[in-house]
Amino acid sequence: MITYSTLYVLAGLLFAIFAVLTLRDWTNPKNYTTALFWGLFATSFLAGDLIGDLGNGILVLALALVAGTGGLGMGRPDTTSADDRKAFAITFRHRLMIPALMIPAITLAGTFVLPAIPIGGEPLVAAKQSTLISLAFAAIAAGITAMILFRQNISAPFQEGRRLADTIGWAALLPQMLASLGAVFALAGVGNVVGDIASQVVPHDSLLIAVIVYCVGMALFTMVMGNAFAAFPVLMAGVGIPFLIEDFGGNPAAVAAIGMLAGFCGTLMTPLAANFNIVPAALLELKDRNHVIRAQIPTALIMLALNTALMYALAFN
Amino acid sequence: MWTLLGVGVVIVGFALRVNALLVVITAALVTGLMAGLSAVEVLSAFGKAFNDSRFVSIAWLVLPVIGLLERVGLQEHARSFISRFKAVTTGRLLLLYLAFRQVTAAIGLLSVAGHAQSVKPLIAPMAEAAAEVRNKDISDADREDIRAMSAATDNVGLFFGEDVFLAIGSILLMVGFLAANNIIVAPLELSLWAIPTAIAAFLVHGARLVLLDRNLSGKSAGGRK
Repeated sequence: MITYSTLYVLAGLLFAIFAVLTLRDWTNPKNYTTALFWGLFATSFLAGDLIGDLGNGILVLALALVAGTGGLGMGRPDTTSADDRKAFAITFRHRLMIPALMIPAITLAGTFVLPAIPIGGEPLVAAKQSTLISLAFAAIAAGITAMILFRQNISAPFQEGRRLADTIGWAALLPQMLASLGAVFALAGVGNVVGDIASQVVPHDSLLIAVIVYCVGMALFTMVMGNAFAAFPVLMAGVGIPFLIEDFGGNPAAVAAIGMLAGFCGTLMTPLAANFNIVPAALLELKDRNHVIRAQIPTALIMLALNTALMYALAFN
Repeated sequence: MWTLLGVGVVIVGFALRVNALLVVITAALVTGLMAGLSAVEVLSAFGKAFNDSRFVSIAWLVLPVIGLLERVGLQEHARSFISRFKAVTTGRLLLLYLAFRQVTAAIGLLSVAGHAQSVKPLIAPMAEAAAEVRNKDISDADREDIRAMSAATDNVGLFFGEDVFLAIGSILLMVGFLAANNIIVAPLELSLWAIPTAIAAFLVHGARLVLLDRNLSGKSAGGRK
């Protein structure tokens, strides 16, 4: 059976290669600390299950300190010039689309096929993990195809991958860090405190204000937690169930579904939803890390108002 | 109340643009200490959560192939391909992508597209090229706006499409949480209630994409005077 553990080994080896290539790259003025950063990340993937909880905590602290003290620099990995790329584009034309389209096609096929293949009475891949595992396979298959089609040597994908990793920098780690912060918030009961505050400000006689507190609260708390999944149980328990459903007789499905979507409006406006908002800004080499958020704020605010209006109009008939 | 101090650290830290990794670990320490845990206990809890969340970072396995395709000219090909279609504007291209992303997400196909595998290598360069066809001297600020809008369109399409699908994580979370509170709803009911918002999101963000075109062409007309 193939599980995430298999992919952790692959990801660990990939980042270990990035670390070694960085160490030998003297064009990067911070090659030692940059290599240390990717090396520690590789260690987490390869040995995370062996070093214990405190060991992992110290590892994360070290990663944050390397990044926080400006330890990450950019190397100049061996890549092609703008003119080379134009020439390649003219030579290879639509063939370039083959590996690019293999990624979604194989991900899609794998998601359905892999869980259906039995290995010793168990599926080859658990359905829950099939999408990410298929994406990883798709990336590897497309990479090998590209190397053959365009006659690239074995070091090319690793040098190019390292180039992108350096571009993204510490933001590559941020989504995983924020997921962990959510776990600590949950442990300390942050949600309960917020739920208590929200239920105290809701008036018992105004449906409109209760709906606004619930929807806007969902968006605001999502912005603080970085994802709507963490906000939903808090606002639902504090406001949704006791006020909107029990007191005002709202339709539970409508209150839940539209409330979650109000939360998603918050996701569009927060740097804590790093994989949606900060990582793409780094990938697209935008000068302002919050540029994607700025582009999303008008849509998010209008959608928040519309979700509030939709719930008020539809959920209480 | 002091439990919320960690939330304050996050807000202030991000507002002051302190390195985000430092902000996060500081917020975790403050929150844990306020909740009565020792520093070692917080660090252990954070370390355990970090180890359990490694799957979040698996998607970086796509970096080598995306970099390799850039190396051999995929972005340049995407640009020259799109500029052959004179009717394709930045806004119309992104509108099409918004529809594609919403519809595929609504049938559960979340990973067929994304920032690393489609926005960076294909959509953003195409959106930029479509603007270049109309205005050769497009400013760097406009280029950045177009790239940011490409990423924003991916997010809007994904967020307001995925909840129409029955078996998505957020639907299962809602069903489970409501069931734990003795409220039984079917996944289908929840996904049906996501449809009005999905339609509204397409209209709202779509209108903004049409306005983006108007904004860009206004600038190029001004440039010719």
